[in-house]
Amino acid sequence: MTSSDILSFDDRPFVVQLDAFSGPLDLLLHLIREQEIDIADIPIATIAEQFLAAIEKLGINQAADYLEMAARLLRIKIRLLLPQPLDDDEWEDPRAELVRRLLEYEQTREVADLLSSRATARAERFPRGWIPDPPQPLPPEIIIDLEGVVGAVERVIDAMQQPIIHRVVPRPLDIEGATKRIRELLAGRSRLDFQEIVGERPHVSLVISVLIALLELARLGEALLVQAKPFEEFTIVGESPSAAA
Amino acid sequence: MSANHLAQLLEAALFSASHPLTLNELRGLEPDVSPADVRKALEALREHYETDEHAFELVELAQGYQLLTRREHAEALTEARIAHRPRKLSAASLETLAIIAYREPVGRAEIEEIRGVAADGVLKHLQDRDLIDVAGRGEGLGRPLLYRTTDTFLAMMGLNELSELPRLDQLAVALRPLAEELPETEGEGEAVPAEEQPEDS
Repeated sequence: MTSSDILSFDDRPFVVQLDAFSGPLDLLLHLIREQEIDIADIPIATIAEQFLAAIEKLGINQAADYLEMAARLLRIKIRLLLPQPLDDDEWEDPRAELVRRLLEYEQTREVADLLSSRATARAERFPRGWIPDPPQPLPPEIIIDLEGVVGAVERVIDAMQQPIIHRVVPRPLDIEGATKRIRELLAGRSRLDFQEIVGERPHVSLVISVLIALLELARLGEALLVQAKPFEEFTIVGESPSAAA
Repeated sequence: MSANHLAQLLEAALFSASHPLTLNELRGLEPDVSPADVRKALEALREHYETDEHAFELVELAQGYQLLTRREHAEALTEARIAHRPRKLSAASLETLAIIAYREPVGRAEIEEIRGVAADGVLKHLQDRDLIDVAGRGEGLGRPLLYRTTDTFLAMMGLNELSELPRLDQLAVALRPLAEELPETEGEGEAVPAEEQPEDS
């Protein structure tokens, strides 16, 4: 922070520069210390010029806080230029307010440093239960070269050159037949298992046909589908079609 | 009930807590125990950790008690990535905390006057981190919010109470040129509460 290199940075983003100094008083103190000036007897004209040059160089001239301080410095400079009444005891050095603020700020900085070292000392003593979860290991780094990418693209294009032909087969679903069969079964008894309708090792098309037929019958109110739990076997309970009508 | 049993209960409580436990909380461990007994047992524990050269110690923090590892192990623990030091506070945060710690309750305007910088962002940040909170509202124009430091702040600074911080007139930059503005203090050892510091605004 006290390094004069900071002033030589140029074209840096505005916020980064603000980080170098915590405020206009910080910058002012920096200038004063760097030149070993007596804080009670500040050569305002020189300091004001340096301050303006610094904020211009720092690229922080947008910062209202710094501009306000620049304005204060110029005001003090002007007031110092005014003739001072010879026999006026009431006359106060226009710099007095600035000196007071600088000292107050310096004191704040001292306390801040004190807090900082206390916080550091405390941070080096670890409490129970602070240990964070171990960080997730990073996935292994992927090594890609241009050849690999081009090769992959070629493989994809090669695969695409074979026209993909789907054979479209008419679905051998027989919903009407399934509906008929279920109605016949339900005429004989009131409860059925799905298994009983489709039989042993049914073809997938039969399962689908029966399922659609059952759903249709349930919609029509001719059958009730009862399942105790999701994914469990379900029971088909016959309902009188007239009751639903 | 033996003193040893109480010490064990206290040790169990301190071991299981990741924050400082107050004397009142610790008293809840055993119905008929007096604060003096708890203090005595805590003192015994502290001595025990000391003489047996444990890697941790019993520390008084933020008006409470906590087990913390000894500072000399910090480097090994962080080097081995078993522990991390918490992130440091920015200069702006530290300056703002310094002002609040010595002047609380204090409003934003006074903080900004001393630092010469707008304080909204920093105050919000410190509030989010629970290092300061709102103590009430001031009498002035617009009834400004007044801020004060929290127990989290004390714990973070390793302080038991704010009065452990040096008095303003004990600092190197003790505003000596303005010494006549300081109020007369009676007696050497007496701490000057923050409210009695000169009003500079």
